[in-house]
Amino acid sequence: MTHNLPDANSWKNVMNRPKRGVPEGLWMRCPGCEATIFRKEAEKRLGVCPECDYHWYVSARKRIQQLFDEGTFEEWDADLEPTDPLEFVDKAPYSQKLKDEQKRTGLKDAALSGTGMIRARRVAFSVTDSAFIMGSMGSVVGEKLTRCIERATQQHLPLIIVSGSGGGARMHEGMLSLMQMAKVSAALARFDTAGGLFISVLTNPTMGGVAASFASLGDVIFAEPKALIGFAGPRTIKATIRIELPKGFQTSEFLLEHGFVDRIVHRCDLQSEIACTIDYCGK
Amino acid sequence: MAENTHCLSFERPIYELEARIQKLEILSAQKPEARNEVRQLRRELTDLKKRIYSQLNPWETVEVARHPERPMTTDYLELVFDEFVELHGDKTFGDDRAIRTGWAKLDTYKVMVIGHQKGRTLKERNSCFFGCAHPEGYRKAMAKMKMAAKFHMPVICLIDTPGAYPGIGAEERGQAQVIASSMFEMSRLPTPIICVVISEGGSGGALGIGVGDRVAMLEHAYYSVISPEGCAGILWKSHTYKEQAAKALKMTSKDLLRLAVVDDVIREPLGGAHRDHHLMANRLKIFFRNSLRELIEQPIDQLLEARYQKFRNMGVFLEGGVQPLESANGEASVQSSHRIPADAALS
Repeated sequence: MTHNLPDANSWKNVMNRPKRGVPEGLWMRCPGCEATIFRKEAEKRLGVCPECDYHWYVSARKRIQQLFDEGTFEEWDADLEPTDPLEFVDKAPYSQKLKDEQKRTGLKDAALSGTGMIRARRVAFSVTDSAFIMGSMGSVVGEKLTRCIERATQQHLPLIIVSGSGGGARMHEGMLSLMQMAKVSAALARFDTAGGLFISVLTNPTMGGVAASFASLGDVIFAEPKALIGFAGPRTIKATIRIELPKGFQTSEFLLEHGFVDRIVHRCDLQSEIACTIDYCGK
Repeated sequence: MAENTHCLSFERPIYELEARIQKLEILSAQKPEARNEVRQLRRELTDLKKRIYSQLNPWETVEVARHPERPMTTDYLELVFDEFVELHGDKTFGDDRAIRTGWAKLDTYKVMVIGHQKGRTLKERNSCFFGCAHPEGYRKAMAKMKMAAKFHMPVICLIDTPGAYPGIGAEERGQAQVIASSMFEMSRLPTPIICVVISEGGSGGALGIGVGDRVAMLEHAYYSVISPEGCAGILWKSHTYKEQAAKALKMTSKDLLRLAVVDDVIREPLGGAHRDHHLMANRLKIFFRNSLRELIEQPIDQLLEARYQKFRNMGVFLEGGVQPLESANGEASVQSSHRIPADAALS
């Protein structure tokens, strides 16, 4: 084949030409298959790629909208706010980072909790948003979840926690963050002793201290397809053992295969699967 | 001390002075007038150790906690307890050598001891992955704890790990799940639990056997949400910032006592536990004896309620713009009821 390559100057002209085409935000690129997707189409499918079924990130508020019967959700403990107990400073102070993240995400911290109806069944509900400092668990996340679990115990409600956290325990609050793992797990142990039903939903990603506490303690554990779920991050593992990690390592499918997940549930079926589980357990 | 001992950089003046004293001692055998000088230098040595060890920065604390000659679980098993009967295996997959479990006797108390083991020789270190436990280790610990509760035995946990093992097998066998259920079960285990961070308290791997009625740490141990190297790598994008990270993470015994994450700090011999295993073991024994005496008397419901509340109150946050009372433990005066008097520990 012969090509008549344009000379360097004409290419420059092409590159410098003002961009024309569709308005911003009408189309989006799927991080899974790189296909260009019509945004409205994706939103209709709850943020799932129509081409490859890749489950995109959904914010905590959007998740509530997707799961709950319209207008039934009532938020708990909305006035809990993080502070900076260690006066932690890395490249920038943690207090500043909090302000930036709050502005960027519109959330006070990485978790929301409350109660509402899912297909006409009342539940206690918490969700972590993986966009707020990687969805990491600090004192506020720990406290919100614990209060939510305690209310579920008192009011005999089924408990649903949707977790998304790439960070695990939040470094900026040091050991206070690590202790949230024990605090939430202890609350779940009481909920369990009281006979409560806990459905844990794992989304992309669920790692570290979040995976190693409440996310793994469900009576029933659901995972969204192809989510990254595990204890140690793939990079840490690679640096320790110095061999290539197998394909599909630490995905939902990997966990299902090794027996740590009950069901892989497509986002569009989540509502009905939760309702079905609640009915089976007679809650 | 022998020539080939591991010397940390800030300890050099101590070793130099010790070498001088040693030389003089040999000399003083022939020259009695040198004895006075030896006595003088010994006094200086004590002052020097006091000075250096009272001003350790957080990173130096980490170095002391990782000192290869620091006493580890097997040393304490020998020095603190009258007898140790090891119980192996998780009855599911294998026997993780990074966690040792078994029955032991302390005075008249029969207890279940669970402890991370790092290993002294290279061979031992490799066999127990430098104290990094796999899921079978935590599963074993959990099974033995449940057995202890069944037979009314208190549980003693010795924490010494850089973290749970990050590897393919560990993930395949559910590292996250076992650590979670370990905390879950420990929070409601109907028997007294005493946990002591003896050297390194590395994140989830440490907390996996770290939920108890009493949580203490040795003076120069550290307990952290992430290793200082790991934190520096993530937040500063370079491991060279490990010293800053160690400082920022507030991982020393002093900081954690202030934050009420630990109930007690057990004093180390002058110049660190690695200088006197026997004295350290003795102090630990006194701590265990005192704690056991207090905890065993309590009714189980009361014990479990107190254990729940202890962890329930951890965390600092604002509610409606102010810090609620129960979360204000950041600066709360931590009055420990059973601090070991220094003289008692020396006996």
